[in-house]
Amino acid sequence: MKSVCFYFQVHQPYRVKRYRVFDIGNDPEYFNDRSDTDLNNRRIIEKVARKSYVPTTQLLLDLLKKHHEMRVSFSFSGVVLEQLERYAPDALALFKAVLDTGQAEVLGETYYHSLAFFYSLPEFERQVSHHRSLIQRLFGYWPRVFRNTELSYRNDLGSWAERAGYDGILAEGWDPILGWKSPNYVYQPAGASKIKLLLKNYKLSDDVAFRFSSRDWSEWPLTAEKFGAWLSATEGDTVNLFMDYETFGEHQWEATGIFSFLEHLPEEVFKNPELKFRTPSEVIRAHDHKGEIDMPHIVTWADTDRDLTAWVGNPMQEAAIKAIYDLEEPVLLANDHKIMDDWRKLQTSDHFYYMCTKWFADGDVHAYFSPYESPYDAYIAYMNALSDLRLRLEKRNL
Amino acid sequence: MKTRVLMFGWEFPPHHSGGLGVACYGLTRAMTSLGASVLFVMPKKLDVGAPWVKMVFADIPEIAARIINSPVRAYAWNKKYARPEVYGFDLMEEVLRYAQAGREIALEEQFDIIYAHDWLSFGAGVEAKKATGKPLIVHVHATEFDRCAVPAEASAKAGWNKESINEQVYELEKEGMQAADVVIAVSQFTKDLIVREYGIPAEKIRVVHNGIDESTAPTGSGALPRLRQLKHAGYKLVLFLGRITLQKGPDYFVRTAKRVSERNNKVLFVLSGSGDMESQVMDLAARLGISDKVLFTGFVGGHERHEMYAAADLFVMPSVSEPFGLSTLEAMKLGVPVLVSKQSGISEVVRHALKADFWDIDEMANKILSTLKHAPLSSSLSKNGIREADRLTWESAAQKVDSIIHELTA
Repeated sequence: MKSVCFYFQVHQPYRVKRYRVFDIGNDPEYFNDRSDTDLNNRRIIEKVARKSYVPTTQLLLDLLKKHHEMRVSFSFSGVVLEQLERYAPDALALFKAVLDTGQAEVLGETYYHSLAFFYSLPEFERQVSHHRSLIQRLFGYWPRVFRNTELSYRNDLGSWAERAGYDGILAEGWDPILGWKSPNYVYQPAGASKIKLLLKNYKLSDDVAFRFSSRDWSEWPLTAEKFGAWLSATEGDTVNLFMDYETFGEHQWEATGIFSFLEHLPEEVFKNPELKFRTPSEVIRAHDHKGEIDMPHIVTWADTDRDLTAWVGNPMQEAAIKAIYDLEEPVLLANDHKIMDDWRKLQTSDHFYYMCTKWFADGDVHAYFSPYESPYDAYIAYMNALSDLRLRLEKRNL
Repeated sequence: MKTRVLMFGWEFPPHHSGGLGVACYGLTRAMTSLGASVLFVMPKKLDVGAPWVKMVFADIPEIAARIINSPVRAYAWNKKYARPEVYGFDLMEEVLRYAQAGREIALEEQFDIIYAHDWLSFGAGVEAKKATGKPLIVHVHATEFDRCAVPAEASAKAGWNKESINEQVYELEKEGMQAADVVIAVSQFTKDLIVREYGIPAEKIRVVHNGIDESTAPTGSGALPRLRQLKHAGYKLVLFLGRITLQKGPDYFVRTAKRVSERNNKVLFVLSGSGDMESQVMDLAARLGISDKVLFTGFVGGHERHEMYAAADLFVMPSVSEPFGLSTLEAMKLGVPVLVSKQSGISEVVRHALKADFWDIDEMANKILSTLKHAPLSSSLSKNGIREADRLTWESAAQKVDSIIHELTA
C-alpha cells in the first residue's frame, strides 16, 4: 500500500530586538522586545498559537481520535517549545495530547534550529542531544528519524545520522539532484548501510503550503477531494508531504478554507484502499529502499535555489555566521548558562535569513518575510548584540 | 508627429544650486529622447551675459530655449527674499511679471501642452493656459510646507507650523495646482501632502519619481586632496550635502555627530552647502564641543561635488521634510552608502538604504556607527545601492510623463 506521510515543522525563533550600539555593554537582554512590532517574541508566539497551533492541533486531535488509521509527524525546534511552555501552554498541551494518541511521531533536530552541522560538528551534536532531552521530558519520546534545519542535507549528514543510530533522515526531493528518480520511494544516503532517506514531494507539498489560496493558480480552489485524487494518482511507494505547520491558519488564513481542507482530507485518503497514512518510521519499515541518493552539496527546501544562499549568501550573512561560531571556544570556556544560551539562540537560522538581500533586490519583496524593516537593520541589531555578548565573555573569561 | 511641449523650467547644471535644476535637466533630456520637442522657457537676469542655455542644449536639437529677463530664481523662496529693501526687487511683483511674459510667449509659439516646474513658474503656466486653452501639467518638486517645515520634536511625522507658511506662496501653489489638468508629484510623500494641505483631489495627482543617469550624475575623479589626507590619517567621513536650512535637518546632523563622537572619535562630519542656518549650525557644533569634528565646506558644485561623494564613507540626508532627495541617488550611483530620513520621498523608492526618523538621533547614530564599523554592511549597501540607482532612470520618469501627456493631448 502506498504511504501518505505528513511531517509538519513547528518553529519560532527568538528574534533579536532593535539592539543599538548604545546598548552594547548596558543591556544583556537581546530577545525581550515588548513593542507591538513583530520583534516581540511573546506577541508572535501568542498570535501564532491562537491562529494556527491551537486550532490546527485541536483539529488534528479530533481527526486522530476519529480515524485510528490516521498518522502525522512533527519536528519541533527546542526554542519554539520553550516559548510555548512559557507563553502558550494550551498549545503545548494539545501537542502532548496528539502525541498521546500513539498515532504521531516526533523527529529529531537541533534544539536551536541552527546550521551548526555545517560550522561545528561538536556544537551540532550538543544541540541534537539537548533537543532529545527536551523531547524526552515533554513527550516521553526518543526520536528515531532526523531532519536538519531548513531540511538542509548533505551526504555527510546522512552518514552522521546513521552513526548516531537513527533509522531515517529527511531531505528535499529536488529534481535537478534526483534526475530521473522519483521522490516517491524510500532511498539510502550515499555510502550508508542501514539508515533510509525520505524525500519531500515538493510539488504536492507546495500545493498546500504555498499555492492553496492563490487565485492565479489554475487548480484553485484546492479541495480535499481533488487533492485526494492527486495522491491516488501519484506513482510510487510514498508521498511525503513536508511543510511548515504555520501553513494552517497563519500562512494560509482560516478564511482560505485551509482548516476545512485538512478536516476532510483523511476521508478522501480512506476512499482509496491503496492509500495508507504512515509516520516516517512506519514508511521506512513498510518499504524497501530503491538505491542510493548522492548529495555531495548542501540541498535545502528553500526557494528556487534549494541551497543555503538565503542564509549565508551575502557578505553580511557570512560575516555574522562566522562571528557567532568564532565564539565557540570562549563560550565553552566561560561555562555560564545564560551566556551559552544566548550564544545558541543567536545561532538560530532565522537571524541570517532576515539579512538576506537576494529577494530584496529587483523589486520583488513578496518573498521577504522579516520582522525588520530591512536586511541591513537585521544585521545591525544582530552584530550589536554579538558585540555585547563578546564583552560579557571577555569579562567572564578575564 | 512630435508632441510639442511649452515648458517653464529652471536653470541647469552647472549653474544650478539644487535638485530642481538637475531634475528639469534630466527629465527634459529624457523626454526628448522619447520623441517630444520642448521649448524651454526660463527666467534669467540677462546682464550676466552669455546665452549659455544654447550651449547646454547644443547637442539636443529637439530643445529650443527662450529666456525671460527676470530676477526670479529657483530657491528664492525664503520670506526675506520677498522684502524689496533687502534684495532690490519685490519677488511677488516679479513673479506676476514673469507670468505675464509666459502668456506672451504662449501666444507667439506653437505647442500642444504646457508644463510648469514649481510655484515660481506656475503663474506663467496658468497664464499660458488661459491664453491658449492648451492643457497644463504642473510638476511639484517641493511645496511651501517642505520649505517651511518646522520639526516637531520626537514626533513620528514632520510637523508643520502653519504660521511660518508664506500665504502668498501657498496661494500661488494652490492656484497652479487647481488650474492644472494634472499635477505631478515627485513622491507619494508629496502627493499625500498636496491632498492634505492643498485640498487637491488625489485622482488628479500622479507620482513620478525622479531618476538619475549619466547626464545628471556628478562626474570627476578622486577625493579632494585635503579630505584624502584626513582619510589616510584614519578618519572616517560622514557627509551632509545640501542647503543648510531648516528643511534639510543640518541641526539633527550635528546632534547626531555629537552622539557618534562619544563612541568613535575618528569620524569627521562634513557639511557641504550653504544656507541661512550656517552660523547657527556652527554655533551648535561649538556648543556641543565637537567643532573639531564638524567641517563646513560651503557650497560645492561641479566636479567638487563628485569629490565630496568620493571621499565619503556614508552619506546622510536627515531632512525634516524632503519631497524627493536627489542627492541621495547621486551618492548611491557613486557607491556611497546612504542613511536617509523616513520623512522623504526617496525613502519610499530605495530599499538599499538605511532609514531613520530625522528626530531619532540615537537611531541615526546607531546606523552611522554600525556602517563605519562593519565592512560587510557598508560594502553591501554600496554594491546593492549602485545596482538600485542604475535602475532608477530619468528615462523611466520620462515614460510616465510621456503617457500622461498623451492622455491629455489625445
